[in-house]
Amino acid sequence: MNLFAIFARIRYIRATLKMEALHEKKLKHLEEIANRLRQDVIEMVSRAGSGHIAGPLGLADIVAAFYFHVLNHNPKKPQWENRDRLVLSNGHVCPVFYAALARAGYFHVDELKTLRQINSRLQGHPHRGVLPGLETTSGPLGSGISQAIGMALAAKLDGKKHRIYCVTSDGEHQEGNTWEGIMFAGKNKLSNLTVVVDRNNIQIDGFTENIMPLEPFRQKYEAFNWHVLEIDGHNIEHFVDAVAEAKAIHEKPTVIIAHTIPGKGVDFMENDYLWHSKPFKSGEAETALKELRTLRGKIRSEHQ
Amino acid sequence: MVNPEAKLSPDVFDADKLQMMPTRDGYGAGLIIAGEKNKNVVVLCADLTESTRSEAFSKRYPERFFECGVAEQNMATIAAGLGVSGKIPFISSYATFSPGRNYEQIRTTIAYNDSNVKIAGHHAGISVGPDGATHQATEDIAIMRAIPNMKVIVPCDAIEAKKATVAAAKIWGPVYLRFQREKSPVFTTEKTPFTPGKAEIFWESRKPQVLIVGCGALLHNALLAARELDEKWDISSVVLNVHTIKPLDEEKIVALAKKTGAVVTVEEHQISGGLGGAVAETLSRRAPVPMEFVGMKNTFGESGLPPQLLEKYGMGVKDIIWATKKTIRKK
Repeated sequence: MNLFAIFARIRYIRATLKMEALHEKKLKHLEEIANRLRQDVIEMVSRAGSGHIAGPLGLADIVAAFYFHVLNHNPKKPQWENRDRLVLSNGHVCPVFYAALARAGYFHVDELKTLRQINSRLQGHPHRGVLPGLETTSGPLGSGISQAIGMALAAKLDGKKHRIYCVTSDGEHQEGNTWEGIMFAGKNKLSNLTVVVDRNNIQIDGFTENIMPLEPFRQKYEAFNWHVLEIDGHNIEHFVDAVAEAKAIHEKPTVIIAHTIPGKGVDFMENDYLWHSKPFKSGEAETALKELRTLRGKIRSEHQ
Repeated sequence: MVNPEAKLSPDVFDADKLQMMPTRDGYGAGLIIAGEKNKNVVVLCADLTESTRSEAFSKRYPERFFECGVAEQNMATIAAGLGVSGKIPFISSYATFSPGRNYEQIRTTIAYNDSNVKIAGHHAGISVGPDGATHQATEDIAIMRAIPNMKVIVPCDAIEAKKATVAAAKIWGPVYLRFQREKSPVFTTEKTPFTPGKAEIFWESRKPQVLIVGCGALLHNALLAARELDEKWDISSVVLNVHTIKPLDEEKIVALAKKTGAVVTVEEHQISGGLGGAVAETLSRRAPVPMEFVGMKNTFGESGLPPQLLEKYGMGVKDIIWATKKTIRKK
């Protein structure tokens, strides 16, 4: 091996190590953000006196990864035409998106305190017209994938390279409109579209498989000509890898079925469908916050 | 007499010479013009490409045409996504399905979301004929008119339909356009004034005693009624083409209501919530005068030939004449 080759090898190893180190650091950073978003959600919903909890907590890792790593966006220029679009279909989980938008710099964090109050831009279900960073108005279930399809078609017509993402819930796959969109995207091979399903297994009345079974879920998407990936929705590294794989699929839209735990991060909420949406009783929010701040007692909080 | 400013066809009262064409043909022609002028115009259809007259556009601009299959909710929501991405989507289906079946998607993802979508509801009214009441939209104006942020245009013939389609592409925001299946008289001309939101006087006799407000193809019946009222019954009237039901040309309607002191509305739609409802809401506030309503009276249609249906359900020329006399008696 000549000297030149040795130097090249050293450069490669150094670059690799640096990337790994940076990645580890970034990963830890993203996990911290997810934890911060969970605390924001508890504080916001508790202050508002109503709103959804379990879904936002379950999605915090994915939302942190989106706004602080995956999306090509500019919070100072919300209307930048080449930005990636993230369509939120299941609008009721908006508290965690509001928190992420604020933390990313779309608006001041203080505004999070106004959730669901009169004259607030933080509506109970998100409204595009008033709050920067929102790509659509949503809440009524089952219409997000199709709107993302419209954006994907527009990008293709204009020869744009940005990507369209849609976060959707598992429960809203009981809506006909959802499957109409899935059918259309499969037919039209919309490879610039990636759908992320929050597969947390709960809906208002109970567990999805009791209310109206969605399984075999993966096979349904495959039958509609989609590329299907399944991940642990709390493993940010796996989520980022899945998004990268979706970008490399050229003939199909991709769905990332993210298996999540509703209420993730707060012991007494996890996997309890009743926490889909219910007001906090006295002391519950404080207990939840304490658990998040101390990472379940693993670290001592600065408040202790 | 016919208002010369309206520049109507000289054959307006000549049944033999009048060209007959459905308003949906005007939509098809308008799409081509709008598409030529602006490459952002795109058209979506839900398995009714030929009958909604989207076919010509689909052949001329195949890359800008999207077939959605029989899925009106999907069509509306895809359009919502296109409309916030710089495109000007026109969605085409029968009005009973769009805006009928996809009402909530239109309300939330198009109107509240302020997406630049144009909703073309075809086969409106009972003159759809043999298909029967399932395919005869008689509530569409009401449900679209009630949504904030939505504009509603009901063209009276194929030429006006073409103008309305071209104009809708230039108006920012959600617009509902209403078209009809059956051939109807083409009694306006290219020169007839058309500005969205501005009502036009088509007929005005000296010292008018009644205002007849109409929209859609039935407006021609209103003109026939006005002539007969003038010639046979010595009742002078004004016929106003209110092609834009929202925003309503309140100033002109109020001024003419005050001038005549009696009003009749004419539409192929339920009298609740349609043109009649809109005019009554305005006049009860600003110029209360006796009113009569020609339209569907809280009933569904049925199968039959269009003229038979219009007669059976009380929207013929004689019904307009009867309503006019009745409202004048109430003065």
